[in-house]
Amino acid sequence: MMDDLKALYQEVIIDHSRNPRNFGALESANCSAEGVNPLCGDELTLQCWLDDNDVIQDVKFVGHGCAISIASASIMTEMLKGLTKSDAESLFENFRARVTGLGEVRSNDIGKLEVLSGVREFPTRVKCATLPWHTAIAAINRSEDQVTTE
Amino acid sequence: MSEVALKTPAEYQSGNVLDIQEIRAQFPILEEMVHGNTLAYLDNGASSQKPIAVTETLERYYATQHANVHRGVHELSDRATEAYESARKTARKFVNANRSEEIIFVRGTTEGLNLVAESYGRWKLKPGDEILVSEMEHHSNIVPWQLIAERTGSIVRMIPMNDNGEIIQEDYQNLLNDKTQIVAITHVANSLGTVNPIKEMVRMAHDAGAVVVVDAAQAAPHISIDVIDLDCDFLALSGHKMYAPTGIGVLYGKGELLEAMPPYQGGGEMIRRVSFEGTTYANIPHRFEAGTPNIADAVGFGAACNFMWNIGIDTIAAHEQELLDYVHECAEQHEDLRVYGNAKHKAGVFAFTLDNVHAHDLGTILDRQGVAIRVGHHCAMPVMQHFNVAATARASFAVYNTHDEIDRMFDALDVVRELFG
Repeated sequence: MMDDLKALYQEVIIDHSRNPRNFGALESANCSAEGVNPLCGDELTLQCWLDDNDVIQDVKFVGHGCAISIASASIMTEMLKGLTKSDAESLFENFRARVTGLGEVRSNDIGKLEVLSGVREFPTRVKCATLPWHTAIAAINRSEDQVTTE
Repeated sequence: MSEVALKTPAEYQSGNVLDIQEIRAQFPILEEMVHGNTLAYLDNGASSQKPIAVTETLERYYATQHANVHRGVHELSDRATEAYESARKTARKFVNANRSEEIIFVRGTTEGLNLVAESYGRWKLKPGDEILVSEMEHHSNIVPWQLIAERTGSIVRMIPMNDNGEIIQEDYQNLLNDKTQIVAITHVANSLGTVNPIKEMVRMAHDAGAVVVVDAAQAAPHISIDVIDLDCDFLALSGHKMYAPTGIGVLYGKGELLEAMPPYQGGGEMIRRVSFEGTTYANIPHRFEAGTPNIADAVGFGAACNFMWNIGIDTIAAHEQELLDYVHECAEQHEDLRVYGNAKHKAGVFAFTLDNVHAHDLGTILDRQGVAIRVGHHCAMPVMQHFNVAATARASFAVYNTHDEIDRMFDALDVVRELFG
């Protein structure tokens, strides 16, 4: 019981949730999206500066949620900078496949996201980890719809 | 219909204390292991577990009594009709209504409240009329009123509460005026546990010429319901929170109101005569029960009422009150624990947060230790806004809960502190 919990709530996760990186408004943003998890009330707004070559130059977020969703958003923003839109999308596909057990894991290298892989053992919490990603993908695709996990 | 052989209250009790082990033995699910731990089920406010008396009634109904009701000329249809109407009489007694016709079987509290909003509201509300709804309502006692207000041009106004989670009676008095048509209030608040002074609030509403709709979903499992004493005009409750099956609930309405109200849904069962020139409707309660009703679960509802009476509703209430006192006492030992809902009169619900820990993380960590509680906004977002929190944790009690389970919850909170330390 404690092993699963310790794997989920690693120190890195607690640290990111308490001191989220890239938290705040992004003045240079040229795309953004809002994500909500209506079930638990998690809400986040993600802003992004995508350059003409579809490279993510900067990204920031604001919002509130559980430790998993805030840590996931924080780690994600660190990883997204410098990635192209399509690199970001395939990284998310890999991450999602790892934590849901659904879909094809094309690469085992998910970098820093590895710390979130413990969420796989907590099916009701997977949405918390993936909400920031769904929101980011919506932002870089300039989707107008609010992202919801329901 | 034969009743399940139930124990007498004396058999359940040794002295004035409940024989908890005897009660727990009636709920096989309490033996379930969760993540390698014995289950401590403290999420009764969401839905209670079901005693054998209820599940066996369902089995026996389907094995020996089932057919459609009110239309067959054959034996089984008679048995089913008898079982269903007998459950209605039991429900009448449970809320202490004058007549069985004042009892409408619905899916649950939500459907009951929607029925009143749709039928009574659509009939009575005019542009500019006012509907008063308290700040501590469940969404199901807010949204139906917003929907009908939008369609009728009437206005929903909020009765505020104080920081203890009590309705501010002076504000309520001031909000009541000759435009007030409907007052919709909860008997027991699901997110706070507050027991509202319904009887007094009904009197005040009646003085202003308004009808009162009571949400008794959280009250029914914990306190005696007496619609005559309360003098409320409508009252809705859900079976599944009071040991009955899911999908069945009761709407009580004063006979003279129900008789005057237009139908809610159309279909079979609710008509007297149908023709393309025009249709006439059945008398109450059937006018409000279009289609084949949820016969089996209504019968199960009757069994749940009997289960509660056999223990004694006062005995159940006293036991749960003791658990509530105990949990508040334990909470005082912890400086990092915030309690939401400190009303003078409370029942069944203990809502809290732990400093610097989101309720969802807390819920997951407790679950891994076998402790089931509810976390989130509890379908009461205005209450969360009042206290400026996104979510709270809620332990809610039933007759089978023990002091030991509360101890286990507090032990489990130590693990939360350890992980978040």
